[in-house]
Amino acid sequence: MRSFGFVLSILAVMGLAFWAYSENYKTQKALKDLSKLQHEIAALRDARAVLRAEWAYLNRPDRLRDLIGLNWQSLELVPLTPQQFGRVEQIAYPKPTLVEPVDVVGLQPEELLP
Amino acid sequence: MSRVPLRPLARILEARRKGENPDAIERENIRLRHEEMRDRARQRAEGRLLVMGIFFFCAFTVVGARMGLLAASVPEEPRTSGIGSDITAQRADIVDRNGKILATNLRTHSLYAQPPLMVDPKGAAAALAAIFPDLKEAELLPLFTGKRKFVWIKKVLSPEQQQMVHDIGEPGLLFGPREMRLYPNGALASHILGGYGFGREGVYAAEVIGTAGVEKAFDTFLRDPAENGRPLELSLDLTIQAAVEEILFGGMKIMNAKGAAAVMMDAYTGEIIAMASLPDFDPNDRPVPLTEGDQSDSPLFNRAVQGVYELGSTFKIFAAAQAMELGLVNANTMVDADAPMKWGKHSIKEFRNHNYGPYLSVTDVIVKSSNVGTAKMALQIGQKRQKEFLAALGFFEPTPVELFEAPYAKPLLPRHWSDIHTITASYGHGLSASPLHLAAAYATITNGGTKVAPTLLKREYRIPGARVVSRDVSAATRAMLRAVVTRGTASFGDVPGYAVAGKTGTADKPRPRGGYYDDKVIATFASVFPAHDPKYVLIVTLDEPVETSGTKPRRTAGWTAVPVAAEIVRRTAPLLGLRPEIEPGTERLVSTR
Repeated sequence: MRSFGFVLSILAVMGLAFWAYSENYKTQKALKDLSKLQHEIAALRDARAVLRAEWAYLNRPDRLRDLIGLNWQSLELVPLTPQQFGRVEQIAYPKPTLVEPVDVVGLQPEELLP
Repeated sequence: MSRVPLRPLARILEARRKGENPDAIERENIRLRHEEMRDRARQRAEGRLLVMGIFFFCAFTVVGARMGLLAASVPEEPRTSGIGSDITAQRADIVDRNGKILATNLRTHSLYAQPPLMVDPKGAAAALAAIFPDLKEAELLPLFTGKRKFVWIKKVLSPEQQQMVHDIGEPGLLFGPREMRLYPNGALASHILGGYGFGREGVYAAEVIGTAGVEKAFDTFLRDPAENGRPLELSLDLTIQAAVEEILFGGMKIMNAKGAAAVMMDAYTGEIIAMASLPDFDPNDRPVPLTEGDQSDSPLFNRAVQGVYELGSTFKIFAAAQAMELGLVNANTMVDADAPMKWGKHSIKEFRNHNYGPYLSVTDVIVKSSNVGTAKMALQIGQKRQKEFLAALGFFEPTPVELFEAPYAKPLLPRHWSDIHTITASYGHGLSASPLHLAAAYATITNGGTKVAPTLLKREYRIPGARVVSRDVSAATRAMLRAVVTRGTASFGDVPGYAVAGKTGTADKPRPRGGYYDDKVIATFASVFPAHDPKYVLIVTLDEPVETSGTKPRRTAGWTAVPVAAEIVRRTAPLLGLRPEIEPGTERLVSTR
């Protein structure tokens, strides 16, 4: 009985050792993945910062003003003026959709139901 | 365990036989027994002490070992925590009120040389001089061939330049990573943003520090890692700022002015929507400060904040507002305006020696811009109360705006405030303040009468300031200012639909050696719009303007600053979302006490 207990505990120790060993490697792999992901995030953020800076640079008011001047023929953009404000009343009311009239004279009530 | 009997029969009998006291034997045995018990107890206690000692020794060994281990181990960043600190940018962005970028960072490289590693110093110097026009071959060559082991060549490179330097193929030319500041809008809002420079520099990194403007004022915030890259939100509106700068530049050219400044401010919160000063500069390539001559001629000089000028007749409304607030007059009271007015050895005259007198209503004093009428009101108010009022409007202190330069722009005040200073200060002479001071004061008296402190930070809500004038006085003030535009000196300032109200001011420029120039003026238009429901305050100041369309050159603000301001209102009011409105009758606004 006692020897059986010894064998059992030795097996348990071996099993636990194997488990700890594999967990250790799993943790190391997760950490490696994490740092790789973080480098990727950092690179993407860097790229985004560059793109944002470029977007802001390309949309700077000076450049847009020049582009409007260059493309006057096709765009005909002018600065916003007070006259361009509209009122809700100036917008036409949407037309009601008309339904074809149906002759209902002489029909039975159940025939009126769809 | 066998116990020794206290009275062993054999020894007792023997003692009795010898005639000794048998009790002595019992006492002897009791003593022996006690000694034995004491020895046992001591042994046990010693054992316990030993165990305790071992325990403490182990505990201290563990603590000591851990400390030694911590001290000896290489520091390592916690990899499992969410977002590493190396990911966030070194310096936070600056954005406008709508989130458009005003300043951001860009990762580039710096260029340095290690002459001992160089293969062909002569060729490298020639190639570098060909790539960078500002580098001279003759200056580089001694650096490369001398004894130096390390030479900085360029602090920042563009990617194209880096590639060209790389293509030289010289192993002694090396690149270090650098984070640089980029202002994508160029010269726009340059005086507000300021500029950047490098602090402590190493090969692999350099500190980016602000050198002026908000970059310097908020340096700690922008660099604080705890903020985690949260951008600095300014109250500026990029679109409005661009429109204001464009119109101001055009106006400055048409009016032949040497400089110009404009401030547009929210009349309630004090948020600066746009602030321009011309000439300006590109903060990406900030010019060096002037080493000689007048600093105010440098493009770095912010005329709207640092420039303190005598702002002339724009101050008259403060005397009128205070006289009404004190109950001395109302908008229709007739005041003595008989020019010229004698005060001691001084004589107070009107513009071009007019005489608007003998009597003018307070409204007409403002509309016609009568120096004498204003002076009479100021004398009624008295020196002490006038100073208190101007101090309440903020004219005695630098503006609290969040710019590095602001605390150094102190208003210039008369050293001894005598009655003649009370008179001249009432029409804006002898007292110098910046256009930003004027904007805050106009916002204060026209917004209903509560104090406004100018700010460059976006405000989510309004915190009403201390009351300076009553609501009625504020409304009467606006009606007077509106009358200046409808039938007074600022008739060019009328913009249909936006009910501009304002006051012109033309002040002769002081000579550096005392006295005033005859042909150099500072023309200012201080306005608020719409008059019936004030939303924004706009100050336009032109430095030495001349309008030459007539037979004689015209320099007054009504001909120079006012049309520029009107154009700014016409262009920016729709952008600010103000719908043109038909203003209510002005009579209702004038309160009669």
